[in-house]
Amino acid sequence: MKGILSLLVNNRPGVLNRITNLFSKRNYNIESITVGHSEQEGISRITVVVQVDDENVIEQMTKQLNKQIDVLKVTDITSQSIVARELALLKVVATSQTRSEIYALIEPFRGSVIDVSKESLTIQITGETDKIEAFIELLKPYGIKELARTGTTAFPRGTQRSTNNKSLSIV
Amino acid sequence: MTQKAVVAEKKVGKTKKSGADFLIDGLKKQKVEVIFGYPGGAVLPIYDALYESGVFHVLARHEQGSIHAAEGYARITGKPGVVIATSGPGATNIVTGLADAMIDSLPLVVFTGQVATSVIGSDAFQEADILGITTPITKHNYQVRKPEDLPRIIKEAFYIASSGRPGPVLIDIPKDVAVLEGEAEADPEMDLPGYQPTLQPNYLQIRKLVEAVSGAKRPVILAGAGVLHAKASAELKQYAEQQGIPVVHTLLGLGGFPADHPLFVGMGGMHGIYAANMALSKCDLLINIGARFDDRLTGNLASFAPEAEVAHIDIDPAEIGKNVPTKIPVVGDAREALVQLIAQNGKNPDASEWIQQIKDWKEEFPYWYEENGNELKPQKLMEMLHEKTNGDAIVVTDVGQHQMWAAQYYTFNKPNAWVTSGGLGTMGFCVPAAIGAQLAQPDATVAAVVGDAGFQMTSQELGVIAEMNLPIKIIIVNNHSLGMVRQWQEIFYKGRYSHSLLPHQPSFVKLAEAYGIKAYKVTTIDEAEEKMAEAFKTDGPILLDMNVTPDENVYPMVAPGKGINEMVGVKK
Ligand SMILES: Cc1ncc(C[n+]2csc(CCOP(=O)(O)OP(=O)(O)O)c2C)c(N)n1
Ligand SMILES: [Mg+2]
Repeated sequence: MKGILSLLVNNRPGVLNRITNLFSKRNYNIESITVGHSEQEGISRITVVVQVDDENVIEQMTKQLNKQIDVLKVTDITSQSIVARELALLKVVATSQTRSEIYALIEPFRGSVIDVSKESLTIQITGETDKIEAFIELLKPYGIKELARTGTTAFPRGTQRSTNNKSLSIV
Repeated sequence: MTQKAVVAEKKVGKTKKSGADFLIDGLKKQKVEVIFGYPGGAVLPIYDALYESGVFHVLARHEQGSIHAAEGYARITGKPGVVIATSGPGATNIVTGLADAMIDSLPLVVFTGQVATSVIGSDAFQEADILGITTPITKHNYQVRKPEDLPRIIKEAFYIASSGRPGPVLIDIPKDVAVLEGEAEADPEMDLPGYQPTLQPNYLQIRKLVEAVSGAKRPVILAGAGVLHAKASAELKQYAEQQGIPVVHTLLGLGGFPADHPLFVGMGGMHGIYAANMALSKCDLLINIGARFDDRLTGNLASFAPEAEVAHIDIDPAEIGKNVPTKIPVVGDAREALVQLIAQNGKNPDASEWIQQIKDWKEEFPYWYEENGNELKPQKLMEMLHEKTNGDAIVVTDVGQHQMWAAQYYTFNKPNAWVTSGGLGTMGFCVPAAIGAQLAQPDATVAAVVGDAGFQMTSQELGVIAEMNLPIKIIIVNNHSLGMVRQWQEIFYKGRYSHSLLPHQPSFVKLAEAYGIKAYKVTTIDEAEEKMAEAFKTDGPILLDMNVTPDENVYPMVAPGKGINEMVGVKK
């Protein structure tokens, strides 16, 4: 299963190293990790998406991360109602024949074209991982020359719903 | 004075000092009794500040020696052992000790020199990325960027190392930071918002445990080194007696509960006693206090304590449920938890049959070995050691067969008398750790029990023992082999002794004498009796090189991958 952990950490030298190191030391698989400033100065938010066998492993991860001195808070948001986003950049082969077809695909995904050349289009798309993956699948037949994904960044919604249904994003 | 007034007073009076002087101040403020170190280029400013500082420094003969000595000191006192090493090779030489202290939860504060800030990252002379190298084997590590940060960092480091689950903290100091001056308060506030160890256990969990105990028929306590770290031996005894619950120790827990107590079952695990492993296997309630369910203790997890409801008291929440599913988690200090449990004074379990059963196991399957005339069996040696020291020595061991025999036969009746490398199993630990233990308790009898192979890994520290005339009694359990390896090759590799026999040895007696340490070679029981008696009457250090049966094996034993209920060699 997939798990998502949201961390608040002191923005100090070596913190990221301590955290990624902990994952390799404990033999955990990171699918993606994003780091950036949080709303508080000197404190960064890290979002880690992990692939695990069961919930116990996520619990262990949470506890191990919590032991790090510079980790201020760890929240397992796997089963919470969250807002999660990822950004992807795709450079797709685009000939005069395929160009308009590709544009037609971008539309419903609310992607945007951010660079155009003779042979290719560079598209930016944001959303939840599923959506990004669906979009990549659709574009594969045209030939993806380059792909860059940021990995998921996330936090809990303002209001938690009582159901565990993952709310779908509206882009 | 009100709280506020105290704080206000602290705030005034910033002083200007060099990083090195802040360091010395910090050590004094922490009331450090001894530091173990080795100088080099990057720490020259620090060593210059040490000179005439009045801080007691022991010059090890190898940085590995300095850190194991600090571990020995920490194990006995519970206070952080302090180490200084230079950058690059000095720092990398302490890596094994850090890993050892990390896995055995020993408090250390280790200072390493570093190349100057301006050249960090340029592969400068004696540069090593010690922060990167030690990240997985330190509880926390720092690189100091400004001299004025040192007072705070030192205060934090000592606090982190010794609170919660103890562990090593490393402080890397670039050379220029030691030289430059900065302005700082003498006693700055710590800035550790992300570090709040839980000491007080949750009342509801304590209640659950009380309930579980009262309903149990076959309860057992598994007591680990957490009991010793928490200084909870007296409470453990009181609790076990109050509730009538038998106690099993882990290797590192030995001495937490008196071995001669009727409720003591023995040591569990790979070379534990049959009764202890059976008690763990058959219990219906397992109360783990400060042990981490290490694989050498549990054996195959699939068959570990299959009938038990598990309760686990640990200061480190991450240990609870890590290896063994746990019904009653109690996060907190072992002593606090025991005090609360004692205060609850819950209904005693109805365990008389169980206690009888354990007694029968103990009687029927004690540790055993075969005597052979005047031949010195290693087990006999350990019994003799107990006798000659009235069971009152601090026993420090290395790693291997002799370590297991010491654990099995010395019978520890008091806490903080057992210094051994458990989790990492570090050969070379013994001799330097004995130095630290002796310095921790100058009046104690310290017996350093070491294998012939492990002795050769850190024997250079004889230099310290001789120089300081430390009255350590070094006992080389000489089986002319890497005994534990040889045993495994005998049992699991058809006796193919690949690189485990050590017939070529120096004269350990002459080696000791070269350092100015009195030494004897011993080959029989009679000689052993005589020389050991003499050794423990001698004031200064002494080394006994004792030839023991070369092919003796440690039994009983749980083969790797097997359950602890499947011991072999339980009887003659
Ligand atoms: C640094 C290190 N290297 C290798 C080992 C593996 N090892 C465990 S016990 C042992 C043999 C130790 O021989 P000795 O010191 O003579 O003790 P004995 O087992 O004979 O009592 C070895 C090589 C280890 N534990 N530590
Ligand atoms: Mg040996």
